[in-house]
Amino acid sequence: MNEKLNSRYLKSGRYGIFLAFAIICIGLALSTPRFFTVPNLMIIGTQVSINALLAFGVTFVIITGGIDLSLGSMVAVTGVVAATFAHPDTYPLAVPLLAGLGAGLLFGAFNGFVVTKSKVPPFIVTLGTMTIGRGLALILSKGRPVSNLSDPFNFIGGGNVFGIPFPIIILIIAFLVCSVILKKTVLGRYMYAVGGNEPAARASGIGVNRVKIWVYTICGILSALGGILLTSRITTGQPNAGAGFELDAIAAAIIGGTSTSGGTGTMTGTLIGALLIGVISNSLDLLNVTSYYQQVVMGIIIIGAVVLDSAGKKERG
Amino acid sequence: MAETILRVKQLSKAFSGIKALDNVQLDLKKGEVHALMGENGAGKSTFMKILVGLLAPDSGEMIFEGSHLENSNVSETLKKGISMIHQEMLVIPELTVAQNIFLGREKEVTRRSGWSSLWLDDSEINKKAAELLKQMGVSIDPEARMKFLSVAQMQMVEIAKAISNNAKVIIMDEPTSAISDREVATLFGIIRELKARGVSIIYISHKMDEIFEISDTITVLRDGKYIATKAASELDSNSLIAMMVGREISQMFPESAGNHGEVVLSVHNLSSKGKFSDIHFQVRSGEILGLAGLMGAGRTEIARAIFGLDPLENGEIKIRNLSVRIQSPQDAISKGIGYVSEDRKGWGFIPDMSVADNIILSSLRQHRKGIFIDEKSEELTVNRIISELRIKTSGTDQKAVHLSGGNQQKVVIGKVLLASPEIVILDEPTRGVDVGAKVEIYKLIRNLAEKGIAIIMISSELPEILGMSDRILVLSKGRQTAMLSKEEATQELIMKYAVA
Repeated sequence: MNEKLNSRYLKSGRYGIFLAFAIICIGLALSTPRFFTVPNLMIIGTQVSINALLAFGVTFVIITGGIDLSLGSMVAVTGVVAATFAHPDTYPLAVPLLAGLGAGLLFGAFNGFVVTKSKVPPFIVTLGTMTIGRGLALILSKGRPVSNLSDPFNFIGGGNVFGIPFPIIILIIAFLVCSVILKKTVLGRYMYAVGGNEPAARASGIGVNRVKIWVYTICGILSALGGILLTSRITTGQPNAGAGFELDAIAAAIIGGTSTSGGTGTMTGTLIGALLIGVISNSLDLLNVTSYYQQVVMGIIIIGAVVLDSAGKKERG
Repeated sequence: MAETILRVKQLSKAFSGIKALDNVQLDLKKGEVHALMGENGAGKSTFMKILVGLLAPDSGEMIFEGSHLENSNVSETLKKGISMIHQEMLVIPELTVAQNIFLGREKEVTRRSGWSSLWLDDSEINKKAAELLKQMGVSIDPEARMKFLSVAQMQMVEIAKAISNNAKVIIMDEPTSAISDREVATLFGIIRELKARGVSIIYISHKMDEIFEISDTITVLRDGKYIATKAASELDSNSLIAMMVGREISQMFPESAGNHGEVVLSVHNLSSKGKFSDIHFQVRSGEILGLAGLMGAGRTEIARAIFGLDPLENGEIKIRNLSVRIQSPQDAISKGIGYVSEDRKGWGFIPDMSVADNIILSSLRQHRKGIFIDEKSEELTVNRIISELRIKTSGTDQKAVHLSGGNQQKVVIGKVLLASPEIVILDEPTRGVDVGAKVEIYKLIRNLAEKGIAIIMISSELPEILGMSDRILVLSKGRQTAMLSKEEATQELIMKYAVA
């Protein structure tokens, strides 16, 4: 099974990113002894987790040929909503979690609904809801951070299970679930069809609008998961949190081989994309490179990844 | 014997080791229309790309007007007098007709130099374009934006551009694939005019009747190899096809057993504003109903409305005598209607998806366990379809976009069949498909009918309509003008009603 998957991946010519990731990791392990240590890897995993969750969500959306710019705002809204119900000795843990996830679900479904009903390009719709979301987060929190959260809630972002940070566990579970959705379910197959050729998908009897509403909704739920993780890790619901997160998430998906024109992309690719971003910023930290330079390096890598990808495509004819 | 303007000898070109052209030759005379024939993948387009300088040959020589042609780039060959009218019309939609004609040559045309050449003044190129178009006898406003023109008009503009370039050789790549019969007549008039002026035309087309109408000489390529060059008068369509395919095709169209069952689909009074009105017909199980008419007669629009792609304004659709409302393709498929679109790339298949994924797409819901895809039953079904329809593919996970036109069409037909339709609408089922594959598709369609499926086939190729249909519905400008039986139908009769 694994071998079949791998060979499919290799055939599609998308192995450049794996190679790049492996080379960078080996290079780092050789140059900084601190890189390849268990504590450092745990740090990277924790740092990557939120971006990876958002990137999984936006990968679904991009595969259908859409885009979601409201991820960062959804992180803030859902974080604030969860935090509001997470004060000690008020509600059981399930309430803030369900409230946060529910908020993300509604927000995402709203995105999907407007995109399908208005026929306005998703770029514009989600640009709008990005601002709406930020406003909602400020309204709900009255512009102030929501702090004083319960210990069980704070465990989600800060706790360990058998020495593994809880965010990493969430990341792994989310990755597996998302991969299965994309590769093994009817919905996942329809996502590729809609993004690959929407008219043909429609003519094949696929409910295109339903597929789109689904992907934005799933994206909303994953953003909420990211929002809850972030809120729990910094132990406050910040209405200003998550600004710019959408760009990192989109970058991870694109570095991982998801085509912005839709129809192609894998969760494995996106995961590697997110890890690559995490590893690079971690290593630049270890190498004492200032964050200003880190941004320049990151930009070069995004462009490089896409150049590599399209060069590979040309070769295949 | 007229003098030779272009001679090509032993031209070869390989792509990553695979020979696309192998020792090809061509002898083009001044003022002749020279048809270049061959199936898809025979090497025609590679050959033409080399001629205009889009590709460099690996070996061989090209002699144009007595001197060697070193085709390094397109603007060089243009200047020497070789122009190409591309099938997909490489024009700039936002610019005007005149701006398109003189694109890249503004300075030469206006004869300005220095600083003054930085300012463009359209009045001069407009005047020149108007003259040029008038000479050709076509009425197109030189100041109109290109995007408002019909495909046929764009073609005229492209030809005007070639003429303004003093083209001595004009290559036309399937110029009639998207224009109406009347426009074809205008085009042929212009081609004859060009010929009289000593311009040579290399004409690529799949349409047999056109080839014999317009061309003087025919060169055939097959699998990248030169087969023969003959005068058009020495050939007929059977011998030409045999040269192209490499074997005799004894029978183009399969016989009908004539077993028609009960009425499966009937439509009454179908209307859609500005597209068609008052359409009545019925199709029996096992029957093939041909829809004939000129481009724009409303055939495709009727098919799209029945399949739920476009809304109906008025009228009733009955399936097995039950009145149905169809609001989406999803609806149509669930009610037993299948549709194979004329626009295979746009509406037929998902290019980046595998052959298997495309074939199963419409019937995925029947191959699942809960929300999951049942991969085993999927694989079995896909393999069955591939062998039944004889789809040539390197494997089920090959991307559909890499298949030949005929095999892509079979993938689309396979997809439609898997949704177990009672009625199948085929819109131009053999457009862009090789002769060899055409015969297979005809057989396939006839087989479906014999299995009891009611078939509606739209086609612009009259021989195909006549060869396949049990009855023929003729449309003209959105109205139905005749229903002809197989026995009474002739090309002339169909044309008479199609222009009525």
